[in-house]
Amino acid sequence: MSILINKDSRVLCQGITGKAGAFHSSQCLAYGTKLVAGVTPGRGGTTFESKVPVFDTVQQAVDQTGADVSMIFVPPPFAADAILEAVEAGCRLVIAITEGIPVADMVHVARVLRSRPECRLVGPNCPGVITPDECKIGIMPGYIHKKGPIGVISRSGTLTYEAVWQLTNLGLGQSTCVGLGGDPIVGTSFIDSLRLFQDDPETEAILMMGEIGGDAEERAAEFVQAHVTKPVAAFIAGQTAPPGRRMGHAGAIISGSSGKASDKIAALRAAGITVADTPADMGKAVVQAIKSSK
Amino acid sequence: MKIHEYQAKELLRSFGVPTPTGTVVDSAPAARAAFDSFGKGIAVVKAQVHAGGRGKGGGVKVVRSADECQSEAERILSHPLITPQTGPEGVPVRKLLIEQATGIAHEYYVAVVLDRAVQMPVLMASTEGGVEIEEVAAHNPSAIKKTHIFDGRGLLPFQARKIAFALGLTGTLVDEAVKTLTGLVRLYLERDCSLAEINPWVQTTDGHMIALDGKINFDDNALFRHKDLEAYRDTTEEDPSELRAQETGISFVKLDGNIGCLVNGAGLAMSTMDIIKFHGGDPANFLDVGGGANVDQVTTAFEIILADPAVKAVLVNIFGGIMKCDTIATAVMEAFKRVDFRVPLVVRLEGTNVELGRKMLVDSGLPIRTASDLTDAAQKAVLAAG
Repeated sequence: MSILINKDSRVLCQGITGKAGAFHSSQCLAYGTKLVAGVTPGRGGTTFESKVPVFDTVQQAVDQTGADVSMIFVPPPFAADAILEAVEAGCRLVIAITEGIPVADMVHVARVLRSRPECRLVGPNCPGVITPDECKIGIMPGYIHKKGPIGVISRSGTLTYEAVWQLTNLGLGQSTCVGLGGDPIVGTSFIDSLRLFQDDPETEAILMMGEIGGDAEERAAEFVQAHVTKPVAAFIAGQTAPPGRRMGHAGAIISGSSGKASDKIAALRAAGITVADTPADMGKAVVQAIKSSK
Repeated sequence: MKIHEYQAKELLRSFGVPTPTGTVVDSAPAARAAFDSFGKGIAVVKAQVHAGGRGKGGGVKVVRSADECQSEAERILSHPLITPQTGPEGVPVRKLLIEQATGIAHEYYVAVVLDRAVQMPVLMASTEGGVEIEEVAAHNPSAIKKTHIFDGRGLLPFQARKIAFALGLTGTLVDEAVKTLTGLVRLYLERDCSLAEINPWVQTTDGHMIALDGKINFDDNALFRHKDLEAYRDTTEEDPSELRAQETGISFVKLDGNIGCLVNGAGLAMSTMDIIKFHGGDPANFLDVGGGANVDQVTTAFEIILADPAVKAVLVNIFGGIMKCDTIATAVMEAFKRVDFRVPLVVRLEGTNVELGRKMLVDSGLPIRTASDLTDAAQKAVLAAG
């Protein structure tokens, strides 16, 4: 088992003929992902790497290949439109890798998604999602992962690789790794992912990596205390970053939180979560969290 | 992107928000002429810099004569302005806004920002104007009235009325407030702002609502559809190395320490700063070269880092995913040819093609200290920086 994606996921790529889309589609195919379709308006009827059919619209791709997950590499000015096209075509999961989408566009996407509870968005501005040995959707290097019982959730890309690599070297494989994305508005939160991992019988422990700013980590801590029975470890990046800029404060005001690393760490610890002191100790924090739960 | 107060007020006026009568000048004689053009009375001389806290730094002065206006303008233009947000060296003042003084009966606060938690913009207003909203939130949170922009069309009439009445306004002041609130939200939405703030928003002694100060920031990701806003950009207000980084596609923030950092990915870059500090060092910068950095970007990154005389060592921390370690090794070796490395360089590589990358650095014979993991890298960098 795993969350969100597995060996049966049928994936289409929007923007498959672009530079990034083509490169990463190849990498996903090489990993074993069932990439069944590509979409680039005007390029319908061609094939990608002489095996993946390319369509003009997502609806055609879904109807003709049974794809249920979309991976988006469309450039920022058109990415929100691409997300909505996937939602409207009935994809149950949309993973948006694109970085730099205007916030106003995502406010609109979020408004539409509130009326479509059957559809989940991950990202944008995220590394993607991987269920080791089964399905890789995104830009993460496949080989650092290993199949196993640890669920991984993060707002950042390379920091996730660092954590996954530490876990793999400690012999701890991963059930699924979810990159939430670093933008102000993302489709899937820590809480959404924690709920999925709590309900996944094969996930035995969870590692979450947060960052300064906002209050997502504080709310995740409350959720863990109330609803998660599995061991949870965490790391907060940016403990030494200089005090946030004005917008950080204004954003935090609304939630009544400071956005500071120290407050986030205190909230996580108060919820019984093992917090790594340094980014070199993320793997060890998981080992410790599992040990202390026994 | 940030803009000046006078530019923010131009935009506010174009969305129907009244502001005081004013003139932008760049010299003391022009300031005097502006004062004279208002006729008799009192004026305010306001330094135009992006940094906040101008009043506390002496950058805002009330003047009662043309002589006083000229001398205050002279004083402000001739020295860097130091405010709580500028750092001890201050920032040069190139422009002044000379405004007719306003009789103030009461000061309010109003702003539109994104509420991340509910994924909608929110209009926030408070009866405590003229102070930072953070302070109000800390000591009197109930003074802040909020309404979310839940409808795609913008602020609805009932929402604007609700806020106006909640602030205790009555009579024609309500109508004026509704017009300003609606205009402010329209400005935020139509011009892709990340912040649209009026503080203080003033009820005048003669019974009108007027924006005494304005701050507008724009979403950088949306500037492509607002080409006209480029005219508002003032690059002299930006840190030169941060500006150069931005032009190269590198994310860079200068800090006060002595260990330069070159990292791929924002989260890992912040974590690298954290672990340097944990081992007793002090990072000189935050630097994210991005996911697909090339030789030119890496070279530019080194140049930016080494341009800071405080830097005593450089730590390169790359987790190669899509960026392969041999590519980074090539970039480091190429940078050595182009840049004068006056300080020790510690390199930690992990990820795709790591063995090849490490071997290339060792075989190059360059004075590079390689590190096996994050802890080792941080300790070596701290040691090298002394």
